[in-house]
Amino acid sequence: MPVPLSHFLVVAALLLVIGVFGIFMNRKNIIVIMMSIELVLLAANINFVAFSGALHDMVGQVFTMFVLTVAAAESAIGLAILVIYFRNRGSIEVEDVTTMRG
Amino acid sequence: MIVNLAFYLFSLILLASAVMVVTARNPVHAVLFLILAFVNAAVLFLLAGAEFLAFILAIVYVGAVAVLFLFVVMMLDVDFAALKEGFQRYAPIGALVGLVLFGELFMVVSGWNVLTGADAARLHPTPDNLTNAAALGSLIYTAYLPLFQLSGIVLLVAMIGAIVLTHRDRQRALRQNLAVQHARKPEDTLVLTRPALGAGAPLPAKEKETL
Repeated sequence: MPVPLSHFLVVAALLLVIGVFGIFMNRKNIIVIMMSIELVLLAANINFVAFSGALHDMVGQVFTMFVLTVAAAESAIGLAILVIYFRNRGSIEVEDVTTMRG
Repeated sequence: MIVNLAFYLFSLILLASAVMVVTARNPVHAVLFLILAFVNAAVLFLLAGAEFLAFILAIVYVGAVAVLFLFVVMMLDVDFAALKEGFQRYAPIGALVGLVLFGELFMVVSGWNVLTGADAARLHPTPDNLTNAAALGSLIYTAYLPLFQLSGIVLLVAMIGAIVLTHRDRQRALRQNLAVQHARKPEDTLVLTRPALGAGAPLPAKEKETL
């Protein structure tokens, strides 16, 4: 791999920090919060793939596939919950989401 | 050299579009920047030597997940301007947490090296004579088959869950209900009256209630 591993790691770290920053910034908009979570998972995937390429071990790529699976399932369920929440309340403000408690 | 240049170019676009995802005013723009970020991450995967995962990322993420986000953003009639308030209020604490997190991660990234002899500890070394897709396939269909099947079940559960959550059983058409029809008796529906001359037929009791 011609690109050094540490460069990949720095890019992934920056991506993760941007994702966490996005969760803090958009406290009300749950759609953007979910997109930020996708960014964080993408940073984790970049780490997995970079280590897999640098250390010549395939297991990192296998794990990346599982992470992709779980991330896709998470976003599908999250968006479904968001749709029914919007249908019930007419807004997606997450600050008054505690009314969902049973 | 050209590989390094491509790496810097695409990682720069990746980080810039990630920033735009977080700060964009219009959520539709945020989703489009998310798609751009995924495409650039796929190129980074290519540069790291994971061709199959790069195309999986492009197909599954750009083609399915990001479009799902786009659908939801466009389908829900949300007042996004109201959701934007508090943006300035949370910015300092978010920047502080991000800075601390990045400092810690940078210390971790810059202060390590691979142990000599760590090569012997590799679980499944990358084979030289196979393509990336073949190497990945020869792993997930042998050593990792149970986990692979389980990840399929995770997707199935997510699909069923999403359908169950969002399904609405609306009565769109008038359907025939045989049991109700067979249980119907003449006295339920038929009333014989003998109205007085000029008075007209009185309403049956049931219909009076509904009026």
